[in-house]
Amino acid sequence: MIENKTLSSRVFNILNNIIMGILAFSCIYPLWYALSLSLSDKSAANSGLVTIYPIGFTLNSYKEIMGDWKFFNSFWISIQRTVLGTGVTMLVLIMMAYPLAKSKKDYKPRNILMWIVLFCMLFSGGTIPWYITMQKYGLIDNIWGLVLGGSLPVFNLIVMMNFFRNISSDLEEAAVVDGANPWRILFQIIVPVSIPVLATIVLFTSVYHWNEFFQGLVLTTGETNYPLQTYIKQLVVNIQTTNLTKDQIENLSKLSNKSLDAAKVFIAMIPMLIVYPFLQKYFVTGIMLGAVKE
Amino acid sequence: MKSKFMNQVHYTLMILPGFVWLILFSIVPMVGIVMAFQDYNPGLGYWQSEWIGLENFKYLFSMSDAWQVMKNTIIIATSKMILNLIVPLTFAILLNEIKSVKYKKVVQTIVYLPHFLSWVILASIIINIFGYNGVVNTVAGVFGAEPRVWMQESSIFRQLVIGTDVWKEFGYNAVIYLAALTGINPNLYEAAAIDGAGRWKSIWHITIPGLIPTIVLLGVLGLGSVLNAGFDQVFNLYNKIVYSTGDILDTWVYRMGLIDLQFSLATTAGLLKSGVSFILIIISYVTAYKVANYRVF
Repeated sequence: MIENKTLSSRVFNILNNIIMGILAFSCIYPLWYALSLSLSDKSAANSGLVTIYPIGFTLNSYKEIMGDWKFFNSFWISIQRTVLGTGVTMLVLIMMAYPLAKSKKDYKPRNILMWIVLFCMLFSGGTIPWYITMQKYGLIDNIWGLVLGGSLPVFNLIVMMNFFRNISSDLEEAAVVDGANPWRILFQIIVPVSIPVLATIVLFTSVYHWNEFFQGLVLTTGETNYPLQTYIKQLVVNIQTTNLTKDQIENLSKLSNKSLDAAKVFIAMIPMLIVYPFLQKYFVTGIMLGAVKE
Repeated sequence: MKSKFMNQVHYTLMILPGFVWLILFSIVPMVGIVMAFQDYNPGLGYWQSEWIGLENFKYLFSMSDAWQVMKNTIIIATSKMILNLIVPLTFAILLNEIKSVKYKKVVQTIVYLPHFLSWVILASIIINIFGYNGVVNTVAGVFGAEPRVWMQESSIFRQLVIGTDVWKEFGYNAVIYLAALTGINPNLYEAAAIDGAGRWKSIWHITIPGLIPTIVLLGVLGLGSVLNAGFDQVFNLYNKIVYSTGDILDTWVYRMGLIDLQFSLATTAGLLKSGVSFILIIISYVTAYKVANYRVF
């Protein structure tokens, strides 16, 4: 910004660079730490020798995972959930956002429908009534429970609706003259010009489904139905240490295999790392779209 | 005219799937709120269970746990709300002062990362780092400190929850400030420099005033989450030993309802939460509209 060559200014610049470096390091450290642990020898990992780099480098943990069908089963459930969840959500949102983007003149029930949708975003029956409903629908230990259980993501609907609304109506009028019906207008005109906002919502929806934890926790009872996040949760046994001696703590931690757990955690992060560059590209627009001022 | 009528039919067909979804998974569950006014028995269902008026509410308010949980929730949620406003702001201003464009970009790219990782993943790593054999104890050991299991100290659990949340979100929350910073007219800085203003003066008199609308808007919108202390985070970090300071409304409702199967009481607590949050969000939206002309739709 302002060129200022005084001593205090230079000191500030150096300090500022260091602070930013430390913050950035802290944000990448968990990833790095999990990777280092997973590549370390089991005993080194368990006794806490690993801090920055792997100690006693070995690929044993990854070899061990290869034979762990439960892990891959959970991984597969999460993949299915993410693909189905994102697909269903996008299709439903696109079809719903289009009529809601119309004015009351063009679609009479528009305003009342919008108020109902908004009410559902702001108010909920709470966890327990929701759980009992899911039980009645038979959606416990069922992939569709995970796909549909979170109900309609209203916030994304509003973002999409606001975007559709700002598309020039000239495009649509030309199509109407050509005799196109609303379905053709939506899928052949509106959708193609909305790719950036749709891509943003696709990314955010898939991140949501991949990371979602609560529904996985509540809606799955058997180990074979756990999505990945629930699977990871049950690995991390929080040892209660109030009544234990130091030796007992150490013995307990020998039973666990931190290196193997870290390898699983690291693999669970990989899909996020793959989409991260795309997220980077889109999420600034995404946040801004969420904060539209009219 | 006929085509206009047909359009209404098409529009309704388009809306239908979404609306059915909303009805089945948002509106139907609301019927279950009746449990808050019943002594609910799963065998009898909503319509045959005994109605007991406000007994559940009375009982809930007589529990000492309830008040402690309420206190924890509000302390954790409000601290998060305030710090998640201030820390990203400070970070954005400092990052904006970095001269090297490349370095700025690298830092920016990395700090978003934790936002996109789930609390399950992060908690498993954080518990390790703050555990008995963890990095924190190794570093503290250099200075002669006794090793401890940090996540099991009720005196610092809340601070750890607040701190790790601010750490997870500061990069992401800074995005909106960084965008607002690009909207400040660079001529203002030049004019200030000609007038002899130093770095602090121009931050104080140009940068911060330029960000005020954003800060106010985010602050007002945050009001709705006063009872949201973050289930995923607390649930994955806490343990029995720290219930006294770390148990929050959502985790309490979860245990009461789905572990101890006290459906009625848990529904009542959940309803109180939804009700209060609903009112707060309405207030915050109305205020945001009045103050910043912000509209949701």
